[in-house]
Amino acid sequence: MYSPAIIAEAVVNGMLTGAVYALVALGLTLIYGVLHIINFAHGALLTCAMFAVWGLGALGVGPYVAIVPLVPGFFALGYALQRFVIGPASRGRDGNVLLVTLGLAIAIQNGLLVLFHADTRSLDAGDAFEVVAVGPMLLSQPRLIGFAVAVAVAVLLWALLALTDTGRAIRAVAREDLGARLVGIDVRHVFAVTFGLGCACLAVAAGLLMPSYYVNPRVGEAFVLIAFTIVVLGGMGSVPGAAIGGLAVGVVESLSGLFLGDSLGQIGVFLIFILVLLLRPAGLFGARA
Amino acid sequence: MRGWPILAVLAALAAVPAVTSDNIALNFMVGALIVALAAQGWNLLGGFGGQLSFGHAAFYGTGAYVTALLQQHGVNAWAGAALGVAAGALVGAVIGFLSFRAGLRGSYFALVTLAFAEVLRILANAAPFTGGAAGLLVRLDVRAANFQFASRVTFFYVALGCVAAALLLTWSIGRSRFGAQLAAVRENEEAARALGIDAFATKLRAITLSAAITAAAGVLYVQYYLYIDAGLAYGTGVSVAALLAPVIGGVGTVLGPVVGAVALEGLGHLTRLVAGPVPGVDQVLFGLMLVAAIAFVPGGLVGRRA
Amino acid sequence: MSQPTRRAVLTAAAVLAAPTIPRAQPASVKLGILQPVTGALAQDGDLGRLGAQLAIEEVNAGGGIPGLGGAKLEMVFGDARSTPDAGTQEVERMQSEGVCAIVGGFASPICLAASQAAARYGLPYVVDVGVSDSIVTRGLANTFRFAPGFGKVASVALDNLATLNDAAGKPAKTVVLVHEDGLFGSGLAKLMQAELPKRGFEILDTVAHPTPARDMGNIALRIRSLAPDLILPSDYYAEFVLLARTLQQQRIRPKGIYGVLNGAASNYRFVKEFPTLAEGLLDCNHWADPRNPKTQALRQAVEARGKSFAYNVMLNYSCVLLVADALSRAGSADRARLTEALAGSSFSGHIMPYGPTRFVGGQNEGASPVNTQVQGGDIKVIFPAAFADAKPVFPAA
Repeated sequence: MYSPAIIAEAVVNGMLTGAVYALVALGLTLIYGVLHIINFAHGALLTCAMFAVWGLGALGVGPYVAIVPLVPGFFALGYALQRFVIGPASRGRDGNVLLVTLGLAIAIQNGLLVLFHADTRSLDAGDAFEVVAVGPMLLSQPRLIGFAVAVAVAVLLWALLALTDTGRAIRAVAREDLGARLVGIDVRHVFAVTFGLGCACLAVAAGLLMPSYYVNPRVGEAFVLIAFTIVVLGGMGSVPGAAIGGLAVGVVESLSGLFLGDSLGQIGVFLIFILVLLLRPAGLFGARA
Repeated sequence: MRGWPILAVLAALAAVPAVTSDNIALNFMVGALIVALAAQGWNLLGGFGGQLSFGHAAFYGTGAYVTALLQQHGVNAWAGAALGVAAGALVGAVIGFLSFRAGLRGSYFALVTLAFAEVLRILANAAPFTGGAAGLLVRLDVRAANFQFASRVTFFYVALGCVAAALLLTWSIGRSRFGAQLAAVRENEEAARALGIDAFATKLRAITLSAAITAAAGVLYVQYYLYIDAGLAYGTGVSVAALLAPVIGGVGTVLGPVVGAVALEGLGHLTRLVAGPVPGVDQVLFGLMLVAAIAFVPGGLVGRRA
Repeated sequence: MSQPTRRAVLTAAAVLAAPTIPRAQPASVKLGILQPVTGALAQDGDLGRLGAQLAIEEVNAGGGIPGLGGAKLEMVFGDARSTPDAGTQEVERMQSEGVCAIVGGFASPICLAASQAAARYGLPYVVDVGVSDSIVTRGLANTFRFAPGFGKVASVALDNLATLNDAAGKPAKTVVLVHEDGLFGSGLAKLMQAELPKRGFEILDTVAHPTPARDMGNIALRIRSLAPDLILPSDYYAEFVLLARTLQQQRIRPKGIYGVLNGAASNYRFVKEFPTLAEGLLDCNHWADPRNPKTQALRQAVEARGKSFAYNVMLNYSCVLLVADALSRAGSADRARLTEALAGSSFSGHIMPYGPTRFVGGQNEGASPVNTQVQGGDIKVIFPAAFADAKPVFPAA
């Protein structure tokens, strides 16, 4: 058995990790909520963003500073992808969208392999090993920064959706795209903006991950299934749901990892995922199914 | 659909060994047929039944593992294969029972099947009786009684026989009462129910049959390569392959999965030939061509044009 | 397996292979190089290919294969795409292109499937790394493994660990095993769990983690609460980097970190990128004889190409030279004769600290891992003494 201090630390660590998961899931849930598609290219786009952070790092730009240019950059990339590739190629059919994103994922992941080779790379950022002592706990500084920024981004995103005209348009399209079309909203534009926002979230997540993580062309895969779980747990399309779901999944993963070992511990997350789907498919926090 | 295109495709496939005795071609065809069979299973549920699964690896892997495990315990390979298919069907029935009773459809059904397959993958990788991470080897002992053949041609015909049986099954389902019920449930579940169709029972039957066919593909895989591990059996790659072939070939068509599997495997080979020695270039081409295929042939190769 | 059976299989292989023997003396001999250069194992496959390529260039620059009238080696490369089925496909292609033998595979599942596919054609297959012992216990006459398997590596690793500990006055009593949950990590952990207690170590915990792992925080927490004297990690590169960084962050400083076939602990890339983390790491792994001048020459050639001098390079380089030697002695690219030449080979022109090769049932009996330690930003061999170029530093200061 573990001492309460260790368990407490595992919980806190889980929340810190979960916040970054939540950020990855936020992009996914937003895209799902509005476009009603499962974006399989999400992981590959995250890998892309992480390579971008790494590349800027090689030029002397710190990972947190790198977020500033990458957010608009990835917004533009996401917008263009949806507007000029995914949208036209899929002709509005959900099954097609899924396959287009799958094709993109394969192309992007292997494109990165061609460009950067299979090597695993990490940033040797100066503060990567810094810790903050909170009582008996040693909390990783990059993780704490990650947590704070992730929470801030979630709040910003929520505010954007709730308070701005663009947000209102996105919500209108999410609820009823035919109706939105009738009142004069450019649905294709809204779809692309949503996809862009989802990608922008990934750019932030990449900047937060890189100080303590590594990147190789396949790294995004590790986050995709977790992000799906969070999206389902939080209720598909719900921003606060994804935020809370991310934290919850982080904690579950951390605790089941502590007690079952990291290998078998992954099962905890999937079992919860299955149980939630079977018992409460709208998600624990989701209002709309 | 009339029967003659099916017979034509089968005849064309059956003639492959007569045209070429080249082992690359045969090996390629066996690989494509295994994928085709897995895809036929997916198509029964996903195409005819409209329930998009992302976790057909759960059935494929169970078929493969049970076959390999039973042989390790001295069971005859053919009996093991039959039990492997049965076990796959059982897993299908259990997953179907749980998910359909919970009323899951669309993306939710897709995600829950994905999760089930992942749970099985993690368990297979950790459990001692599956060989854990070391996987399972089937003893190399080339005898027909062991479901192992000296000639690739023989295995090719066994695989083709399975694909033909699955074609026949889907073709007859398409013309049967059960097929009509399945189509009704796919198009509008509420309306089907109003017509007195037991939607739950119909879907359950579909997933059980679908799982059995895909499990047979897993059995073929393990008997051909004589090795299985958790990632090969239950990995997401299997689920994606099973789903991709029908989509490229034509969802809900009898021939779609077979045509799609051969086309996709062929495309994979072609891009490797074209791409040259830099690793990854072929996969980039493959991904882009997939996008292009969906953009320009949205109904699938043998599907109805949109 | 018994000798007569083996010979019978060889004869059968000769009969099968007979129609493909070219009549005239070939201008070049095709050699299949199978490595996973895409997919999860791409990093390793890339290095393996480099080693093979450098060996082929060396053979050709030195006048080709003497026993074949100076015939040049020609590489037929196949990408195993990190899966056994893709590996098998490539074996079929190599077979149709008429290779005389195949070298490589890297991961055990790929080696298992590919060597079996090659066995159908009596095509000699030399495994470069593939540590699973089932590779050489299946009785395939065409399959040879130049490097040591799991069993050998684990027992040498533990013997050396005990020696190291005894010499230092037994400072270490407790250990925690950390391993990736694939074939390689789990297989090793199982062997070590059985053997460590016999050598006087107490195992406090065994922690498995998946590859790729997202977070090592929990493992670090467990280790911190158990406070073991030693940590024994068997991980691939990326996960070990993550683990080492997390351990440092959590200020966990055991008396030693002793890797077994660790993906990073004897990897120059790691040493260069994280010199402080790497310093003092111990590893029991495949490694070339540092006193052999050819080793230093190869290291320079590899580093001149901006690549890391990893064990994949050393092993594939050596395996290709092994095949080249067997080809020369066989005096022909005929498969049965080449298989026989490999089986009876006593080749010592390689760079591994194995001595002359001696194959029993396909396994090179002389093969053994060595212990390395990162000292002063370089990877030094500390055991066995005959090959060592440094003294061990243990326990860590």
